[in-house]
Amino acid sequence: MGTRGFGFGMADANITVDGKKITAPAGSLLIDACKNAGIEIPSFCYYPNLSLQGACRMCVVRVDAPKMPKLQTACTTTISDGMVVTTDSEEVKQSRKAVVEILLGNHPLDCPVCDAGGQCELQDMTFTYGASESRYVEPKNHKQEQQWSPVVFFDSPRCILCYRCVRVCNEAMDVAALGVENRGVSSLIVPNGGDHLDCEECGMCIDICPVGALTSGSYRYKTRPWEMNHVSTICTHCGDGCKTTLGVRSSEAGMEILRGDNRDKSGINDDFLCIKGRYAFDFANREDRLRQPLVRKNGVLTAVTWEEAVTAVGDKFAEVKQSGGVFGVIGSPRSTNEEAYLLQKFARSTLGTNNIDHQRTADFPAFVSALAGKPEMAGSMRDAYMVPAILLLGGDATDEHPLLAYQVRNNVRLHSAKLYVVNSQEIKLKRQAAEFAQIPAGTESGVAAFLAGDDSAVAAIATAITSADAWRALRETLRSAQNLLIAFSSDLQGDGIANIAKFAGSVSGAKVICLADYANSRGVADMGLYPDLLPGYASAAKAGLDLAGMSAAAQQGKLGALLVVGANPVYDLGFAADSLNNTFVVVQDMFLTETAAIADVVLPSASAYETSGTFTNTSGDLQLVKKAGDLHGTKPDFEIIVRIASAMGVDVSTLVPLGAGTTADMGQSRGAQSGEADRSAVYLQKQGLEARVSPFDAAALFDEIQRLVPGYDVSRMNLMAGNDVRTTTAGKAAALPASRGESLRPAHDTLFSSGSLGRYSRVLNSVAENRDSKLVEVAAD
Amino acid sequence: MADLVSHPDEVKVVSRRFGLGAANLDRYLELDGYKAVQKALAMQSADIIEEVKKSNLRGRGGAGFPTGLKWSFVPKESAKPKYVLCNGDESEPGTCKDRLIFEHDPHAVIEGAVIAGLAVGARKAYIYVRGEYRYLSLIMQKAIADAYGRGFLGKNIFGSGIDFDVFWHGGAGAYEVGEESALMESLEGKRGIPRIRPPFPAVVGLWGGPTVINNVETLASVPHIMLGGGEWFANLGTPRNGGTRLFCLSGHMNRCGVYELPLGYNLKKMIYEVGGGITGGRSLKAVVPGGSSTPLFRADEIDVAMDFDSVAKAGSMLGSGGVTAIDDQTCMVKFALRIIKFYQHESCGWCIPCREGTDWIKKSLTRFHAGGGLRKDIDDVKYLAQNMLGRTFCPLGDAAAMPIISIVDKFRDEFEAHLEGRPCPHAKEGDAANALLPMLAH
Repeated sequence: MGTRGFGFGMADANITVDGKKITAPAGSLLIDACKNAGIEIPSFCYYPNLSLQGACRMCVVRVDAPKMPKLQTACTTTISDGMVVTTDSEEVKQSRKAVVEILLGNHPLDCPVCDAGGQCELQDMTFTYGASESRYVEPKNHKQEQQWSPVVFFDSPRCILCYRCVRVCNEAMDVAALGVENRGVSSLIVPNGGDHLDCEECGMCIDICPVGALTSGSYRYKTRPWEMNHVSTICTHCGDGCKTTLGVRSSEAGMEILRGDNRDKSGINDDFLCIKGRYAFDFANREDRLRQPLVRKNGVLTAVTWEEAVTAVGDKFAEVKQSGGVFGVIGSPRSTNEEAYLLQKFARSTLGTNNIDHQRTADFPAFVSALAGKPEMAGSMRDAYMVPAILLLGGDATDEHPLLAYQVRNNVRLHSAKLYVVNSQEIKLKRQAAEFAQIPAGTESGVAAFLAGDDSAVAAIATAITSADAWRALRETLRSAQNLLIAFSSDLQGDGIANIAKFAGSVSGAKVICLADYANSRGVADMGLYPDLLPGYASAAKAGLDLAGMSAAAQQGKLGALLVVGANPVYDLGFAADSLNNTFVVVQDMFLTETAAIADVVLPSASAYETSGTFTNTSGDLQLVKKAGDLHGTKPDFEIIVRIASAMGVDVSTLVPLGAGTTADMGQSRGAQSGEADRSAVYLQKQGLEARVSPFDAAALFDEIQRLVPGYDVSRMNLMAGNDVRTTTAGKAAALPASRGESLRPAHDTLFSSGSLGRYSRVLNSVAENRDSKLVEVAAD
Repeated sequence: MADLVSHPDEVKVVSRRFGLGAANLDRYLELDGYKAVQKALAMQSADIIEEVKKSNLRGRGGAGFPTGLKWSFVPKESAKPKYVLCNGDESEPGTCKDRLIFEHDPHAVIEGAVIAGLAVGARKAYIYVRGEYRYLSLIMQKAIADAYGRGFLGKNIFGSGIDFDVFWHGGAGAYEVGEESALMESLEGKRGIPRIRPPFPAVVGLWGGPTVINNVETLASVPHIMLGGGEWFANLGTPRNGGTRLFCLSGHMNRCGVYELPLGYNLKKMIYEVGGGITGGRSLKAVVPGGSSTPLFRADEIDVAMDFDSVAKAGSMLGSGGVTAIDDQTCMVKFALRIIKFYQHESCGWCIPCREGTDWIKKSLTRFHAGGGLRKDIDDVKYLAQNMLGRTFCPLGDAAAMPIISIVDKFRDEFEAHLEGRPCPHAKEGDAANALLPMLAH
């Protein structure tokens, strides 16, 4: 981020820093220009893209030309041609050293127990610039620690008053839940609720705190940073695809996730994470995770070995197939692309059925159809931060798409983008909107029709707030916008999407994003978890049963076997529990869900944080999902499906290509850090030998996805390095029926937009309760 | 009501209406009131600035910046409204001159503000009155209301076709807000925290508009310059230091009070003749020449002409005109402690060196004065002050550091006398330092 920040479009200035010639845009900040040139200038309060403070005095430098009488703060000095700067003189070093020493006077030296110990900017500064001895012999000011919310704790003596938390909350989040009280050495960061926070609980303040003043209720005093592995993967909750770096420690159960953050600013989310990405990994550590396969014996689910359970499934599936029985397969929008692709391949080629479906949360078939031949019109999550104009149609992005909301908000703040909000509610992003048009509830498709040119549609969408004339004016404004990005909620389907795409086609450089709820809603749609659509939305020769069809077949006693992978059809997909009495039900899940409870076989599966593969976010950005560790007793869904196929007597190489043509993944799927090659594979390939991969290796199937699924022929090296790569809608079916009668089940339930998964997060639950009761509850653990 | 004092050496310009009831508008008019603004209305704005430049008027708040030059920095064209802001947040310990102007001659402030507005093209002025000066706010408010009542303010002032508004605004009690950018923050309803500069207020000030910020005494001088002429005013003082100055004599002097003396008046003479010498027949130990933030003079250093340049040459600052005499029975350690207590209390807390440095020095000197001093403390206190000087976000850090450095340098023997657990040598009379600056005592 920040490429369009301060100094964008300015002429270059040539300056000299410590005798080194540097060129940077005139008007850019000296501290940034130096950093880009490899000259480190220390600071506490400076934070890119937040307002300038000049408060910590750590970044002082000597500006020799134009001659300044005092040391200057590099964070507030803008560069001009011919500037000469010294950053490494004794004077500057002495000044920095004094700032650290003066700061440490009142600062508690409780580093051995402080959460920040080992990753504290004050420790680092003291180490690099500070004094090894202190003159300080006075008593330190003290104040009791406070709990402000289920997840936010504040230890004021550790606070160095850099105001980063105040600024990130106010400016980047537009929440303004933090402020400053009192003055001088009594200055205190205070929460808006007096003794507690009324906020979105995003935790941005905690991660931006350079010291251990703001700490996380779910992490504090549990570990030291160096005791953890840090694994960057993709959040399993909403459809935006934030990168979250999990702090993982080995435990008796195999591994324990202790925290999530994105302090390294990798990924499409910079340092942003919402409450879900930052705290709601805790479902993975729950004690009621399934850790042993269960088989129903004499009516009771009984723990058995993996071999027994898989054999039971394989035998029964083979029997049902042989007897011509009807299969149903339900996947999950939280599965990886590889798992989804494998599942549909297994259903279609092994079980021989098109009866496969998943919880659909957006009409992606209509979306790719509307964009057929115009792949450049698909917008990305990064676009939301960069484009000069945005139209948000429907939904409440702040809750449902926190990253999109963050990108849009900060695009408006930092780049003066124009935001147009069309909604039936006064959503929070209205505050950033250049124009807000309020519509009657449920008339989003009317807006699309009107924008596409149907003037008669205006009657249905005009309100007291936005008249018909105002609508016509707004349409003209939008038509003349440059590079407009349109993001629409699942309120728009079929013809509505076709209309919005038609309108976008008439606006110069316009792009479109179709918003869906779950972490891989877009990916599993692309992978063909549809009864009538194959991977890449190619039409199946004969459509199978969708969710409703399977449910009906079960009701009629005609469903022989149902394989449920990561879904809970009894809870939220309209399946009556007793309708499945005559169906052989196999559930792969993390928990004993309502559906698992009535299953014949339950196979404990790994969470997204315990598996490898890829996710495609709602805007088509493909990212690597990295395994943080293994939880003993569980297996990734990918492996379970392969094992079931094997137990059915199928040659698994027909499912997962193990032969020539498969490229080893350079070890990332086995936990290697990015850039660190799998030496064995590299060696074997160099010798002209085949670097064989395991049949359980999702990366092997990604090869096939790359070759066969249109739009997924991405740069593998880029992907494996941990970058987001763009899938495209190119080459996908152009001639789908305008409306296939999509039956969407969006979550739309804010904190729990991962549907049944969020229910298992204790942090999300305590925050949700806290919101309801407005009382500060004790955090999870 | 402050008692008025006088001395034959005084040259009464700004104080010429003191004690004459000029807070009453009719009385003010009898005493040449609102003539200057009418004269200015007939002039070109560039000519007004030229006249003020000619007067060598320099800012009376403390920094001594040439007023005419400051006005000339305001851009002629501005998309945003321009403002005049009168800084009446008089808070520097030892300084009590602006309150006399507010009390005895409030219309002169209004008149000066309007003339400044005419000079720079502003049509609105704010008069910011220190929070603790509540009773003066009432006087100021009444003066503004009276001026509106006569059509001297508001629409079409004096039939000139020009609209001009003047507003009063009260502070909430913060020394820091006397710093001009913190003053603007406060006026805008925010925390009194200084702003990053550049941009300077003359270009980007109140609500983003170009803003001229002048001290009360500075603005009250302007009408006299308009009527008497720049040259006349300049000749009252010394070269480059035009006019007279209200000096606030306090401390151990027999005749404390506010006296208007020409710039360049000798400090020694000021203390011994105007101030009537040291109380109780004691001898002088030190002088604070320009408010508590200025470096001190020893008794043998006071043969100095009191103008901006001469005092600077002698190693201190003319500052706000607060001259405090300190007698030989005063403990200078305790005096330093009083000073730093004030700045520790008044530090806004924005930047590290000021916030933490003042607190550290206060703690050290408290312990030191109580008999727990270590030899290293003497250098440590100076080290801390030196690392605040020029390193803080705004001049408050300098204000705290400068007197501390000068006290340690000039009275090191008094620090050493406290060492090894010895009691304060001035223990009996130790409270003298309290009595010096009552506003500092907490």
